[in-house]
Amino acid sequence: MRLTHFIFLLYIFTLFSCKQPKLWLTKIEGKQIQITDTLPLDSEIEAYIKPYRDNIQKDLDSVLAYSIRTYSKSDGKLNTAIGNFMADAVYNEANPIFKNRTGKDIDMVLLNHGGIRSILSKGDVTKRTAYELMPFENSIVVLEMRGNQIDRLISYLIKRKRAHPISKLKLTINEHDKIVEAQINGKDIKPNKAYYVATNDYLYNGGDDMTFFKTNDSLYILNYKVRNALIDHFKKIDTINPVIDDRFIQIK
Amino acid sequence: MRRRDFIQQASAGTALVTIGGIGLQSFTNAATTKKITILHTNDVHSHIDAFGPEDGRNANKGGVARRAGLIESIRNENPHTLLLDAGDIFQGTPYFNYYGGELEFKLMSKLKYDAATIGNHDFDNGIDGLYAQLEHADFQFISANYDFSNTIMDTHTKPYKIFKKNGIKIGVFGLGIELNGLVDPTMYKETKYLDPIEVTQDMTRILKTEALCDLVICLSHLGYNYKKNPNKISDLKLAAATKDIDLIIGGHTHTFLSKPTIVKNIEEKNILVNQVGCYGIYLGKIDFYFDSDKNISANGTSIIV
Repeated sequence: MRLTHFIFLLYIFTLFSCKQPKLWLTKIEGKQIQITDTLPLDSEIEAYIKPYRDNIQKDLDSVLAYSIRTYSKSDGKLNTAIGNFMADAVYNEANPIFKNRTGKDIDMVLLNHGGIRSILSKGDVTKRTAYELMPFENSIVVLEMRGNQIDRLISYLIKRKRAHPISKLKLTINEHDKIVEAQINGKDIKPNKAYYVATNDYLYNGGDDMTFFKTNDSLYILNYKVRNALIDHFKKIDTINPVIDDRFIQIK
Repeated sequence: MRRRDFIQQASAGTALVTIGGIGLQSFTNAATTKKITILHTNDVHSHIDAFGPEDGRNANKGGVARRAGLIESIRNENPHTLLLDAGDIFQGTPYFNYYGGELEFKLMSKLKYDAATIGNHDFDNGIDGLYAQLEHADFQFISANYDFSNTIMDTHTKPYKIFKKNGIKIGVFGLGIELNGLVDPTMYKETKYLDPIEVTQDMTRILKTEALCDLVICLSHLGYNYKKNPNKISDLKLAAATKDIDLIIGGHTHTFLSKPTIVKNIEEKNILVNQVGCYGIYLGKIDFYFDSDKNISANGTSIIV
């Protein structure tokens, strides 16, 4: 026992007496290393990822609907088949959710032409199609707008003359850009009536210079992504066959 | 019994000799040099796979499996390595949409990340969505200026963590960006944002003055610099307004720097600010060399970038 104690004491003594010398920071070297395909792949990590990747691929590529033609946002002047399809899909999928939560109906939808990020190709339509059309994470919001605010929205559409996707709004202008007809849900727009307009959070926040949304009376956040609305819509329909119609036209 | 005693004593004796041996060696060495390597990523945004060959900007770049190989080779070279991430781990590929960040956290755990701070996109599935994935993260979340006390994240983050590598004490604290106006309040709920400069003053006092860390690292998601909004707090502003930080590892602004930036802090000392863009295309590597020879250190710290 005595010996053990002695050894123990020696041990402590050695540790303390051998205190680390003070260290100074003398040099810092910094760089960025690019991850390129010349670097070796960690096969264990690669194998770990594979089932996740395969599952996503399988799911993304499972067929939800069939498109009878190829649709592009450049086919059409003031409204396009693909834009009409997207705006109508947002209306059809978001309205039941909005109605369930508020007891009210969405009156119209406005999206942006630039938000259609790809063509819709003829043939099988999959989740991947929805990711291609809408890679962004934007969500659907509904806001209350008065008729006079809708006027600003309409002025914007007339001024821009781009096929921004709309649903439930009908707008006819003459060759002088004057309104011939402007209706929501088949009825003339009343200045003081409250309208529930669905759009996405990007546009609500002023994207594409849509500054008219920010003066809203109230905002409803649906926590429902535009992409998910498209996917849900693909699941419900068999064939995709949208057309260019008379929802926004100019008479000449 | 006697025999066992003897064996015990003998083994203790052996241990003593061995320790003594190391001690003697370190005494006889005129100078000790220690190297600490800090590896870092930011804004990986669920980019688990490398970009495809047809990608217009980053063809064949990035990918977790290649990053893993690179990190392993660096660790083999210097085991005294820390691996850190400056936030926005989530959102950007279907991996996040499908698995909510599970695979991101699992892979970071496999790559043996030591710590990460929280970016604004890490709230994209709500604070509950972030919390739900914590079970997959074997690394520490560090945030000093998000007060989570009224949220589900309470007690699941630390303001700072002190790591010991090769006898060197490394204090790492985290800073996040103001969420108001950037993230939907229903997502971050009652997370409170605290002033980064005030928090940094507390952190550096705790880490440098009280805990006597040899290195202090700020893991920041504040953003590198806001030229159009010079009053907005950023890594460059934080660096210039504070002291006792050696390295700020940044994120948020997806800034690709050709090399780390040297910035003078409030005491006119040079410190480093680094960020590696986004999507796991680059890995940042900062080596810190410590020396016991006062003659070398008398010349100050040389920074090579």
